[in-house]
Amino acid sequence: MEDDNRAPGEAPMDEAPVDGAEQERRSAAARLFDIRRVIGGLFVAYGVIVGLIGLFDGSAAIEKAEGIRINLWAGLAMLALGLGFLLWQWLRPVDRE
Amino acid sequence: MDGGLRLDMDALDYVILALYFVTVLGVGIAARRAIRTSVDFFLSGRSLPAWVTGLAFVSANLGALEIMGMAANGAQYGLMTLHYYWIGAIPAMVFLGIVMMPFYYGSKVRSVPEYLRLRFNRPAHLLNALSFAIAQVLIAGVNLYALALIMQALLGWPLWVSIVVGALIVLAYITVGGLSSAIYNEVLQFFVILAGLIPITIIGLVKVGGVDGLWDRVRGSDLGEAGLHTWADTGSSANPLGASWIGIVFGLGFVLSFGYWTTNFAEVQRAISAKNMSAARRTPIIAAYPKMFIPLVTVIPGLIAVVTVNGLGAETGDLTYNNAIPLLMRDLLPTGVLGVAVTGLLASFMAGMAANVSGFNTVFTYDIWQAYVRRDRPDGYYLRVGRIATVAGVLVGIGTAFIAAGFNNIMNYIQMLFSVFNAPLFATFIIGMFWKRMTAWAGFWSLLTGTAGALATYLLYEAGVLPFDSDLEESFWGAGIAFGLVVVVAAILTPLTPGRPEDELRGLVYGLGGADAQGDMLAGDARWYRSPILLGGIAVLLAALFYLPVL
Repeated sequence: MEDDNRAPGEAPMDEAPVDGAEQERRSAAARLFDIRRVIGGLFVAYGVIVGLIGLFDGSAAIEKAEGIRINLWAGLAMLALGLGFLLWQWLRPVDRE
Repeated sequence: MDGGLRLDMDALDYVILALYFVTVLGVGIAARRAIRTSVDFFLSGRSLPAWVTGLAFVSANLGALEIMGMAANGAQYGLMTLHYYWIGAIPAMVFLGIVMMPFYYGSKVRSVPEYLRLRFNRPAHLLNALSFAIAQVLIAGVNLYALALIMQALLGWPLWVSIVVGALIVLAYITVGGLSSAIYNEVLQFFVILAGLIPITIIGLVKVGGVDGLWDRVRGSDLGEAGLHTWADTGSSANPLGASWIGIVFGLGFVLSFGYWTTNFAEVQRAISAKNMSAARRTPIIAAYPKMFIPLVTVIPGLIAVVTVNGLGAETGDLTYNNAIPLLMRDLLPTGVLGVAVTGLLASFMAGMAANVSGFNTVFTYDIWQAYVRRDRPDGYYLRVGRIATVAGVLVGIGTAFIAAGFNNIMNYIQMLFSVFNAPLFATFIIGMFWKRMTAWAGFWSLLTGTAGALATYLLYEAGVLPFDSDLEESFWGAGIAFGLVVVVAAILTPLTPGRPEDELRGLVYGLGGADAQGDMLAGDARWYRSPILLGGIAVLLAALFYLPVL
């Protein structure tokens, strides 16, 4: 993967061994960025917004959703999902297996 | 309530939508910090864990065309639509993980065309790289156009505004963050799409009196009892889908499905960006599990729409089958979940388009520019080319969006593209991977003849020479003819052209060894629950069992 200066037609790409530097770069890329935090954050925000809308839903909104307090339930579910991701990320920071 | 598709969006719904866009762009900017080389940009540095690539794998397929199209099929054909999932996806995904991924990942190719270069020769490589690049920008255009149509209907945005806004957002996050950004956003999109669709299914089911109520009302609809079965009456074509079991098993379950899932680089790219062989093999198999449950939020809403929306199934206007999901959103969702559902729909359009664009820029840079135009430049040069290719791809996509606008049924346009581009590629691939004697030139000519054959079938059908009953039948036949031509040409040319020594094919062809499925295993990968064969076997078994209640 690192042999960028060779003609691509002739150079089999499988010759580059995964050396220490490569490993380090990989883990650096993994550490820089954890998607679990993003998913967790967005869904906590959605859960709070939609849940709050649900708390104050008027009868028209509830009637439209066939009598279900859908915003409240969906808000709670999204909040739980978001917190779940944050918890997972907090308990197992980087996948070190 | 019945006038038009326009949704009653509140300011809060727009807040939810805006929050999503900000997050997507933020992911792009954050991912930029992890990009140092072209491999980081195009393959995420091959560093991603299997659950991330697995969800991205399913999300790349979960474009809005897929969601709205499958809901439309559910409304039109009933439960036979389940074939697109349980036989038309799961077996191919498992096959990709168990059988084919060792060759893809083990040979360290960076794209599907690159595999063809190693297995066959440079002409085959160039042919496939060009046809793939063209197909991707055409399909990106379809996604953009469909996005614009739905935004116009739901929110009242003019067509060109939606096309430009949608294109710019995808452009921004892929140019900046590369494949990591595309993949991370796909994982995010997966959850947002589900959060948008699940409330529709739940409220819809309550409205029709649960599953039993839905079944009863489908029996009373135009679909009737036949809409509740999958395999009944497939001895002939007298069933809602108009397909016999042979067509379902071989046409859909084999040629179309394996062609799409195993050789479509926009999908395969997600798997080869995984961090090691074990994760790469598990990627499509992990994706198979959510995939088998997706019909709950597509096919079921389609059926709900057919029994609750009066007049659904019109030829034109707002009540076409394609609008099943938007119509339910309009009728069932209050502010709040409505915003999430609109966000989910937009997210799915962007997922589809981002998959096309990130596949396109990789193939353009590695397989066309680096291989045939400017070789031997430093890595930073190709990283720049990749970014420019992304911009160019999106701009051309805007242009092809207007080509798509010329087709009155975009699903049929997509099917036609698949029959021309995917079916011959898959046939060439599967023969090349399992028949070690197939020669390089046989590979090239097979691919060329197959593609030309499928294209000719389409053109002759359009010209009225070949009388097929429907566009769908044309694409089935086109795919079948392409497959047949590839087989015949390969069989004729292989004895006539020089073969390659087996040593050169090691790691590329089945039965020669060299593809090491265990080489870079990490400590946890040997655990039984990470075995691709076990996970894949369970997936296929589950998909088969799911058929039992709806035979």
